[in-house]
Amino acid sequence: MRYSWKWSAVLTDPYFDWIISGLELTLLLSLISWAIALVLGCLIGIARTAETKWIRSLAAAYVECFRNVPLLVIFFLWYFVAPEILPRNAGLWVKRDLPFPEFWTSVVALSTYTAAMVAEQVRAGIEAIPRGQANAALASGLTRWQVYRYILLPVGLRIAVPALGNEFINIFKNSSLALSIGLLELTSRTRQISEYTYQPLEMFITASAVYFVIAMLTTAIMMAIERRSRLPGMITRATR
Amino acid sequence: MIAIEHVSKWFGEFQVLKDCSTSVAKGEVVVVCGPSGSGKSTLIKCVNGLERIDRGEITVDGVSVASPKTSLPKLRARIGMVFQNFELYPHMTAAENIMLAPLKVLRRSKETARTRALELLERVGLSDFADRYPANLSGGQQQRVAIARALAMDPIAMLFDEPTSALDPEMINEVLDVMTSLAQDGMTMMVVTHEMGFASKVAHRVVFMDQGAIQEDSPRDVFFDRPTSDRAQLFLSKILRH
Ligand SMILES: Nc1ncnc2c1ncn2[C@@H]1O[C@H](COP(=O)(O)OP(=O)(O)OP(=O)(O)O)[C@@H](O)[C@H]1O
Ligand SMILES: [Mg+2]
Repeated sequence: MRYSWKWSAVLTDPYFDWIISGLELTLLLSLISWAIALVLGCLIGIARTAETKWIRSLAAAYVECFRNVPLLVIFFLWYFVAPEILPRNAGLWVKRDLPFPEFWTSVVALSTYTAAMVAEQVRAGIEAIPRGQANAALASGLTRWQVYRYILLPVGLRIAVPALGNEFINIFKNSSLALSIGLLELTSRTRQISEYTYQPLEMFITASAVYFVIAMLTTAIMMAIERRSRLPGMITRATR
Repeated sequence: MIAIEHVSKWFGEFQVLKDCSTSVAKGEVVVVCGPSGSGKSTLIKCVNGLERIDRGEITVDGVSVASPKTSLPKLRARIGMVFQNFELYPHMTAAENIMLAPLKVLRRSKETARTRALELLERVGLSDFADRYPANLSGGQQQRVAIARALAMDPIAMLFDEPTSALDPEMINEVLDVMTSLAQDGMTMMVVTHEMGFASKVAHRVVFMDQGAIQEDSPRDVFFDRPTSDRAQLFLSKILRH
């Protein structure tokens, strides 16, 4: 049996528009989730280095929970399980009134998962800073929160930039799992088109190429950010 | 100015400080010396609350450091501290390092803080280095910036924890010179150091610590001419031979 290639299918109406709309959703999902993951991850990363033991433990528990469960299962947990165990009214709202539920559930799943990864990188960045730095800042009269705000976070994040760049590429690739709860993002769209056209190879190759190009672009952007945010005098390492 | 009374501290089972009492009067320079591991750093960090004490009391300008009612940031803002490893913030220039606490703690304006930073840099002989990052400064220069950073808060007292121990020999004097001129201007100073030349020239009193206890607390001349404890004698003979 020979497969008959038909690349023109990719550009045919309406399939091309479907690919574009899938790509839009993928990018939107990745960027929104990334913004949330970055903020949440910084907070949890800070909490991992807190002085108070129960705060540290709580943050560690969060990270372990999300790190040790497959992301696909996390998608199912948020989509099928969370509405059932939420307080009655909140659960009902999620099931009946939440607009665009596949999308926002995907945002929640991706950002809560990625926050755990970001938190680990932020923690590692902060812990790479010699302890004396925080002491010097405290000794000058800064509050503990100011020490994080002006010293530990800016320096720790600079140290973490290459690792965070990898996490961004991961969130972008992981967004394809949203197809499992019915979001018509890029992967889901290409699968849909291949079912209509019986041209699955072209479609999945196209999807791969799009993911690849965007990941490469991200890498380039991250390298530029890394160059600009590099600590003066710090020995650098390659992004990947 | 600084009163340390019957201070004890434990790290788990291990007692780092054993019933330590001493004081630093206004305008006085007190050098603390002693063998490695004797608890000098721990003691000086207790003075501004970077380490907690388990027993006894420390007051600075009448304020009890360990009291739960004391706002440590407020107290620390009035006490300068200089560390063995400089601890300049690597993402800020020399001037920015000096300006951070005046801006964020004292809420000074940017111009005021910058003007003061440049004055202080001139005072420590680094006028031309305001916009350099720490990585592009030598150890001696970094430590002088660190001293300027501490002075920017107009402290009522300065704490030094082995400020020259991490420096190459040829840079030690540039830092000691700055400290000497500070002392001559009447700054209240508590200095942990092994630089006996500095101690014999500048210190009013010398405190000798061993195994967590203060073995000797004497006026400078007494300490160098006829130290009372055997340990201090041994320590001096070892260190002066170098
Ligand atoms: N955070 C800590 N936890 C446990 N033990 C500690 C801690 N910090 C210091 N120690 C121990 O307390 C003792 C005193 O330490 P400290 O740093 O005060 O000594 P030091 O006199 O400053 O020595 P050095 O001249 O080497 O700086 C040492 O035995 C050290 O190992
Ligand atoms: Mg020490």
